[in-house]
Amino acid sequence: MSLDQPQLDLSPKVSDEVRKTTCYMCACRCGINVHMKDGKVAYIEGNKDHPVNQGVLCAKGSAGIMQHNAPSRLRAPLKRVGERGSGEFEEISWDEALELAVSWLKPIRETAPEKLAFFTGRDQSQSFTGLWAQSYGTPNFAAHGGFCSVNMAAAGIYTMGGAFWEFGQPDWDRTKMLMIFGVAEDHDSNPIKMGIGKIKKRGAKLIGVNPIRTGYNAVADEWVGITPGTDGLFILSLIHCLMKAGKIDLDYLARFTNASVLINEDPGSEQYGLFIRDENGQPQVIDRRTGELAAWNGQGVEPDLSATYRNAGVTHRPVFHLMADRYLSDEYAPENVAETCGLTPERIRAIAAELARVAFDEAIELDRAWTDFRGKKHDKMIGRPVSFHAMRGISAHSNGFQTCRALHTLQIILGSVETPGGMRFKPPYPKPATAHPKPHGKVTPGAALDGPHLGYTHGPEDLIIDNEGNPKRIDKAYSWDNPMSAHGLMHMVISNAYAGDPYKIETLFMYMANMSWNSSMNTSGVMKMLTDKDESGEYVIPRIIYSDAYSSEMVAYADLILPDTTYLERHDCISLLDRPICEADGVADAIRWPVVEPDRNVRGFQSVLCDLGARLGMPGFVNEDGSAKYKDYADYITNHIRRPGVGPLAGFRGEDGQKSGRGEVNPNQIQAYIDNGGFWIEHVPENAAYYKPFSNEYQDWAVEMGFYDAVQPYIFQLYVEPLRKFQLAAEGVGQRQPPEHLRERIKTTMDPLPIWYLPFEDGHVDPVEYPIHALTQRPMAMYHSWGTQNAWLRQIHGHNPLYVPTKIWEANGFKDGDWAKVTSAHGSIVVPVAHQASLNSSTIWTWNAIGKRKGAWALDENAPEATKGFLLNHLIHELLPPKGDGLRWANSDPITGQAAWFDLRVKIEKSDVPNEAQPALPPIKSPVGKGPKELGWKVGQ
Amino acid sequence: MTQLPPPSAKKLGLVIDLDTCVGCHACVVSCKGWNTENYGAPLSDQDAYGANPSGTFLNRVHSYEVQPAQGEAQLIHFPKSCLHCEDAPCVTVCPTGASYKRADDGIVLVNESDCIGCGLCAWACPYGARELDAKEGVMKKCTLCVDRIYNENLPEEDRQPACVRTCPAGARHFGDLGDPDSDVSQLVAERGGFDLMPEQGTKPVNKYLPPRPKDEMPEFDVLAPYLEPVASDGKGFVGWLDKALSALPGGAK
Repeated sequence: MSLDQPQLDLSPKVSDEVRKTTCYMCACRCGINVHMKDGKVAYIEGNKDHPVNQGVLCAKGSAGIMQHNAPSRLRAPLKRVGERGSGEFEEISWDEALELAVSWLKPIRETAPEKLAFFTGRDQSQSFTGLWAQSYGTPNFAAHGGFCSVNMAAAGIYTMGGAFWEFGQPDWDRTKMLMIFGVAEDHDSNPIKMGIGKIKKRGAKLIGVNPIRTGYNAVADEWVGITPGTDGLFILSLIHCLMKAGKIDLDYLARFTNASVLINEDPGSEQYGLFIRDENGQPQVIDRRTGELAAWNGQGVEPDLSATYRNAGVTHRPVFHLMADRYLSDEYAPENVAETCGLTPERIRAIAAELARVAFDEAIELDRAWTDFRGKKHDKMIGRPVSFHAMRGISAHSNGFQTCRALHTLQIILGSVETPGGMRFKPPYPKPATAHPKPHGKVTPGAALDGPHLGYTHGPEDLIIDNEGNPKRIDKAYSWDNPMSAHGLMHMVISNAYAGDPYKIETLFMYMANMSWNSSMNTSGVMKMLTDKDESGEYVIPRIIYSDAYSSEMVAYADLILPDTTYLERHDCISLLDRPICEADGVADAIRWPVVEPDRNVRGFQSVLCDLGARLGMPGFVNEDGSAKYKDYADYITNHIRRPGVGPLAGFRGEDGQKSGRGEVNPNQIQAYIDNGGFWIEHVPENAAYYKPFSNEYQDWAVEMGFYDAVQPYIFQLYVEPLRKFQLAAEGVGQRQPPEHLRERIKTTMDPLPIWYLPFEDGHVDPVEYPIHALTQRPMAMYHSWGTQNAWLRQIHGHNPLYVPTKIWEANGFKDGDWAKVTSAHGSIVVPVAHQASLNSSTIWTWNAIGKRKGAWALDENAPEATKGFLLNHLIHELLPPKGDGLRWANSDPITGQAAWFDLRVKIEKSDVPNEAQPALPPIKSPVGKGPKELGWKVGQ
Repeated sequence: MTQLPPPSAKKLGLVIDLDTCVGCHACVVSCKGWNTENYGAPLSDQDAYGANPSGTFLNRVHSYEVQPAQGEAQLIHFPKSCLHCEDAPCVTVCPTGASYKRADDGIVLVNESDCIGCGLCAWACPYGARELDAKEGVMKKCTLCVDRIYNENLPEEDRQPACVRTCPAGARHFGDLGDPDSDVSQLVAERGGFDLMPEQGTKPVNKYLPPRPKDEMPEFDVLAPYLEPVASDGKGFVGWLDKALSALPGGAK
């Protein structure tokens, strides 16, 4: 180096210590290295050893330091002193807060536990919060799945024992073509970005199906700018083309799916449309070796995809014949669906042909021997290297469940699930619907509920309804309104509680759920429901307890605030009992631990629940002598036993920490996780890496690891018999009958084979008056109201224009800087617009939840989030508009109850430029003040 | 007026793949985090929770819509930071010598103790890659994480710029573009890497890899044989099915 250049220290000390924990800036749960200086958080980067992110970290994760130190952090328990919604609070002690909570919760538990509704939002500890609610005895518990992606989860579980994200992933190292549908840019975001990088490097093809071309769709080789709500029809057309051309994996369909299972085709039978079963209840196939009936899982059986069974004058055919009847129909020919989907027939055919070409001409063979559950030995693993991934875009519609089912059917007929190059499950998945619990809702005052709240129904007998057929749950989950609502319906809780339908509640208890803002449809309506009083002057929803770490919009609407910690100050377990972090090649779980202690009077919410459970004397939370069973959440994580040898964490079990999966309690388990970088992983044996549902090698390993207690091989359910059972009831069969007004809808929508129907809003709202679809997306660098409005991230996404496609832009004569009035059947907003050409021509959209209420999040009241930012939620109602039949229909999927956010139809017109986005709500008083003007963040010297 | 050193054999820089960049801003924030805590003054933020938040960033991602003559509009994500030019006008314009190009590896840096915050360098940079920090009054720019890439306190695999280490899609690559055999030089050769605004004559070291052509699925008639129907009706389909099944291994009854 020449002498006149500065001498630099090229090896400065990076930090005093690295503490490895799990990110919580979104739901991905990446591993992070937290660099500490002088006992403070100095820098956060990805953990290279971690199975989820392998060292990379997104913008949110890297901005964690601003979240951890945010001025919006709550500081102490708060008791409301002004009117609800005013934001007037006084700080109280934890003892006072907990005693107040007990004074509300104890009488309810002793008399009518269902009067507590406990909903936990974007909770990552549902196996714990669910246990707490079960022990309390209320049937009214769920988390946020009902307004998020339950269609995807439930369709996947019922069809093939798992869906995407936590359940499964593309075979990133082998796939030759990936097709993504409606993939939001937040869920599973680092793994998807890493995967897209991998397949791009190999030159594999990426096809993006999405009305909006941003993010992943912007880098896709092919963009399919589909019309919202029509993905199911497009997919069924692809199935039509592939079946018609015989480009389907017949061997796979016969062996590993119920395409070969015989259906009772006697219209006079009460079993009409159900499986033909033997005396042991096993579904029957025709064995190609004998031509005779045989159980689907009989040793050596070779199921026949084509042969029929004649009995008592009726011919019973296998499922595959029913599929041929339906999908070969011209109804699904590209020419007949293209216009509805906003595509051309040629494009649909080209994509179908490309799927066929890659799946069959570029098939993969791995020289790995394995044995299937019928005892047949296979010397190779054959792969159809096309893979798929989908998320909320197809899920958040009233036809979302069937659309997700259609997508899985497409994957399965190509033979590309659990085969090399296709989609792979992540242990402990796959797990069929029959291996999940059924829902429970039997209430006994002063005692626990009769079982876990959430599960999978298999017919009318599993519904949570009373003898008159009325819902037992406040959200009407598992009722005839939505019989397969596997995640509950958080978005209906407040409106049902307000209406007293099916009954009134006493206390609403919520965690991490911004219901008075972006987590509700009909935001202004919800604020009114939360603040409205009855004739006696009492609030209609009498008491509200809320826990959050930050000064969110919801805080002002609670009577008691239990302040949570930040993610760097707490214990958590990312458990196999809940939403695990596994990879297709490994089972894994992880922890969070306090890498710094809180500097405020706050407590981790789960530790508070341990305390509350003890104060209420709840079973499982007290010892025999009545003393508290768990000191805090860490104590629970270490010592709770769910089933023999199985606890919240699967790693480092046994007294010496040497056991994996099953084992006794290890008192030093959390330290073992910390020493291992915050996680544990055990790899799937190579010969069990594919064909997991059908493979003896995998099933044996799964039992050894404690995923379940006995092997349970199964076949994919192209034909979902439980759907048919509900349909049969609607046809008049059986004791439990749906109410008359739901009969036709159940018959139509609960089809055991995937169908497509128009989004419900199209039948309630005039498509001519409201011709435009309106959507939201989450940006990759911001996670709605999960945390605070982060000082660094808000400089990237500080406001959210409404993006308008060229056709609508020109038709309205919009110019840069213009504002528009957007109107739905429910309401209007006035917002700034921006032009985007790479957009479906009848779709407008904006970033989700950038808009903030004045006074929330320690932001200045003039922050752009509060003046120009906006929510589409104001345009969406939890009920569809009346259509003259005297009924109000839910704006939800009729099968699962998933909130149909993306069915929204609007019209748009140019507006005068208002002072700020409309509706403009008055500021709420901040319990934490405002953030500092300037930041120059450096903890080390 | 500051002089550039003779061109170094080693030219450290970034290669950024515009085909793969999904526009997630991971690099932007990772850079902000590392360089706030490390080299020189922290990257400050003004009105951090207010009406006009504005902070110092060394790396930003812009997105541009491109409308091809035919076909659908496309969206290109374009990360931009200092390109460590060989003929760096930001260096030669510096009145105090604070702005300099390292003789050994070509990294362009600002020696903050000599910087008077006059802003001439930012004015001279045709790429807008320098930002004056409003709190410290010194010029900030990409250091290529000079305090990481040689740092013996970091594991060897981590001796790369923070933006490269964190990029989820693997769209950012770091290496010696002076060595034609390096991985980054090979990537540039294979993928037709290009200079940003070569007409400015700054000879940037950083290269960009162009997006691959999009929406180019073959016309359906090329692919049509893949969808040739196996039968004309449902009955024919079952006939085909029986024949196809008997052709499978173990198919003969």
